[in-house]
Amino acid sequence: MEIKISVNVNGKNYVREVEPRTLLVHFLRDTLRLTGTHIGCDTSSCGACTIHVDGVAVKSCTMLAVQADGSSITTIEGLAQGAELHPLQEGFKECHGLQCGFCTPGMIMTAADLLAKNPNPSEAEIRHGLEGNFCRCTGYHNIVKAVQYAAEKMGTEISA
Amino acid sequence: MSNKYIGKAVKRVEDKRFITGKGKYTDDMILPRQTYAYIIRSPYAHAQVKSIDISQALATEGVVAVFTGDDIAQSGINGVPAGWQVNFKNGDIMKEPPHPLLVGTGSTVKHVGDAVAVVIAESKEIAADAAELVEIDYEVFDAVVNPVEAVKEGAPLVHESAPNNIAFDWEIGNPKAEVDEAIANSHHVTSLEFVNQRMVPNPIEPRSAIGHYESSSDRYTLYTSTQNPHLIRLLMCAFVLGIPEHKVRVVGPDVGGGFGSKIFHYTEEALVTWCSKQIERPVKWTSERSEAFITDAHGRDHVTHAEMGFDKDGNVTALRIKTFANLGAYLSTFAPAVPTYLHGTLLQGLYTTPKIHLDMTCAFTHTNAVDAYRGAGRPEATYLLERLMDLAAHEMGVDPVELRLKNFIPPFDGVNQPGYQTQVALQYDSGNYHEVLRRGVAMLGYEEFRKAQAEAAQSNKLLGVGFSTYIEACGIAPSAVVGALGARAGLYEVGQVRVQPTGKVSVYTGAHSHGQGHETTFAQVVADKLGIPLEDVEIHHGDTETVAFGMGTYGSRSLAVGGSAIVKSLEKIIEKGAKIAAHKLEANEEDLTFADGKYTVNGTDKSVAFGDIALTAYVPHNYPAGLEPGLDFSSFYDPANFTYPYGCHIAVVEVDKETGKVSLKRFIAVDDVGNVINPMIVDGQIHGGLAQGIGQALLEGAIFDENGQLINGSYMDYCMPRADDLPMFELDRTETPCPHNPLGVKGAGEAGCIGSTPAVVNAVLDALWSGGFGHVKDILMPTTPERVWRAMNS
Repeated sequence: MEIKISVNVNGKNYVREVEPRTLLVHFLRDTLRLTGTHIGCDTSSCGACTIHVDGVAVKSCTMLAVQADGSSITTIEGLAQGAELHPLQEGFKECHGLQCGFCTPGMIMTAADLLAKNPNPSEAEIRHGLEGNFCRCTGYHNIVKAVQYAAEKMGTEISA
Repeated sequence: MSNKYIGKAVKRVEDKRFITGKGKYTDDMILPRQTYAYIIRSPYAHAQVKSIDISQALATEGVVAVFTGDDIAQSGINGVPAGWQVNFKNGDIMKEPPHPLLVGTGSTVKHVGDAVAVVIAESKEIAADAAELVEIDYEVFDAVVNPVEAVKEGAPLVHESAPNNIAFDWEIGNPKAEVDEAIANSHHVTSLEFVNQRMVPNPIEPRSAIGHYESSSDRYTLYTSTQNPHLIRLLMCAFVLGIPEHKVRVVGPDVGGGFGSKIFHYTEEALVTWCSKQIERPVKWTSERSEAFITDAHGRDHVTHAEMGFDKDGNVTALRIKTFANLGAYLSTFAPAVPTYLHGTLLQGLYTTPKIHLDMTCAFTHTNAVDAYRGAGRPEATYLLERLMDLAAHEMGVDPVELRLKNFIPPFDGVNQPGYQTQVALQYDSGNYHEVLRRGVAMLGYEEFRKAQAEAAQSNKLLGVGFSTYIEACGIAPSAVVGALGARAGLYEVGQVRVQPTGKVSVYTGAHSHGQGHETTFAQVVADKLGIPLEDVEIHHGDTETVAFGMGTYGSRSLAVGGSAIVKSLEKIIEKGAKIAAHKLEANEEDLTFADGKYTVNGTDKSVAFGDIALTAYVPHNYPAGLEPGLDFSSFYDPANFTYPYGCHIAVVEVDKETGKVSLKRFIAVDDVGNVINPMIVDGQIHGGLAQGIGQALLEGAIFDENGQLINGSYMDYCMPRADDLPMFELDRTETPCPHNPLGVKGAGEAGCIGSTPAVVNAVLDALWSGGFGHVKDILMPTTPERVWRAMNS
């Protein structure tokens, strides 16, 4: 039995039939072919699949696709405004906040949610805010710097 | 050559695709008519497969095929081989039992996760559902998981062909009797029994492989998350499937981290390739995380007894070691080399120790294979030496910094002074070991720290500092040397530089980037050597079809060996370009200088730009007689020696006396990785290595129960460092050029992981010693609150 769902992903509307057991992350990757959202574990521990559902960071392996019916989703592919990178994307590049790049989409989406809630976080708040996301390459040092870079830039943009 | 890019923190060119979600990892690909494989794995560590019934699964709608070990055996396929041969002390060849792709009926599975059957279906869900319908009968036997227990008489046997579960025994160093005598005559002997626990590498991308056979051309393509596509092709074609190498393409696309665990040729790679031929459709397998825990090769797993002797002045007199290393159930690709040539040869450390002996026993157990994990043998050597050093200083009542300075090998540059010949086969290239320690100690503020520590000793929050000074052998490796040591391959690298007619440059390297930033670092070298913009250079890697050959990325070898191969090709390009330039400028080749992207006649303003030379090479209308058109060179570079990065790592921890919880307050690392092309990337490599080394000290470790079950085999249960477990790292470096490669580079990928672990454990012990627990000699890693609390309360 398949169920019809309607979702808006990165500004585009999709109507698709899905199996009730299909995870949201599989729907995004296999059905919509948005493969920037990654799968790193099977226990909702790594955060590589983090996206925004109605503006809130969600590990897309913890949600069924049918639960996303009617919602508005942003994935890493939808974060930049055209050719202009999101300040976090820019920060990760400027601060060498990524190496293999596999955790990066989830890390950026989590950090975006963190900055939305707390535009000027301390180092400890950044580390606490990212503790649901594993990175095995960077030791987090430059990821923290990347988030600080983005916070500063977004703060500057708002006040400018 | 200009220096516009080399030495600069150039932002990475590969980042754009990763930060926008456009990376292309193996599991991101869906090929036309692709099928999905689900591998059925043994839930037991040691059991005989009595029978397999696949009939229900085969009858399931959407199932394309089900294969068992009997199918594999019938097609005459060999198991996966080891890539390195080590001999017993008595000269006998190591035991190398077969590692089948699937374990057939009547045979025994040898670890939890050993593959028994594969279901191939139209979707991964159907494959997984149908796998539930495969009925397998096992007769379960006792298992052994610990290398010391495994070699005892009467232990359950992993392989009939390996009595007492011994894969091989091995030794290195001075004659044992001389070392025994030196230890016996020592004024003080520091002795320590400890465990270097088993680690799970855990790259965040799980392994994935797609086999694609096309009958139209009788060709195979394997996409796989690997660190070295060419070696996988060679091993799979020549040793496993017996298919012609020129009919096989292996692609390692974007790979989400490796840390050693993706070097090896895994059974799943050969399995999907073979399956694709059977059903003439692409077959994809992607590991689940829980599956990765029981099938990826693990690292470390040593049980050691080490003794270090000193004379009355504190000079090291001898080092004697007995270690049992766990190799798991099968010999993985590099496994035999890790506890031997990548470990025993580093036991000189940075010290002038005159007598050294290592006695190593390598054991099979009913666990998944153990192989290279970031550092591979060298972290184990460093852990051993540096734990002994801090403990010896404590026992003798001397300062651990002073004890090291007293015993360091004096500075040598490898040019005016010769390399340093160790007691354990290697000759170090160059180093100034005193300098990295002095710098680290200055960054720490040692005197102030000891004052703060003394005050803290009166409170419930003890402070401790731990030191570690390490050396590693990397840039692996000279083929003749490793061949003599048992390697079944050469360890050179290949670099091709193709200058296009418009002067743009395509570079093909046999190294493989899975986070190291080769697309940037290598381009910096090429752009500067040719005096062209970085944007005019593109680095290609990871595809056996486009890259002539290669040995891949591991052992901190990519820039030292792969970069050197590219430099060799660049030299050929510049030399040929000079012939063309001389013709165009009507000058003698000897009178030309190539700099800043142009050939200039010495003493004149007559010059011709590199781009013009490139165009002329491909449009050779007015061209030197007898010279071939084109500007495209490939080179093999075989290094003259290993490279020897070294450094000093210092950890500061706080230990809660009431709970035993350890908090890492500071981490200082002063590393010397030779010349640096991109300091931003080198720092990033150090950071990542530190996190993994610190993870081993404080948090991580695979735990098998007596039945061979990995009881912390998930990301929920296996504790890796998260962002709030680590501080900002404090880095500095010295640059002592490697004297034997053209870039003077030594390698940075493993350094952080090699030096950091003992620094942290030493710091925990130092904290305890400062708090009145001077009797504590060791705490098992990871130093969990419970273990630390028990150490204080025993």
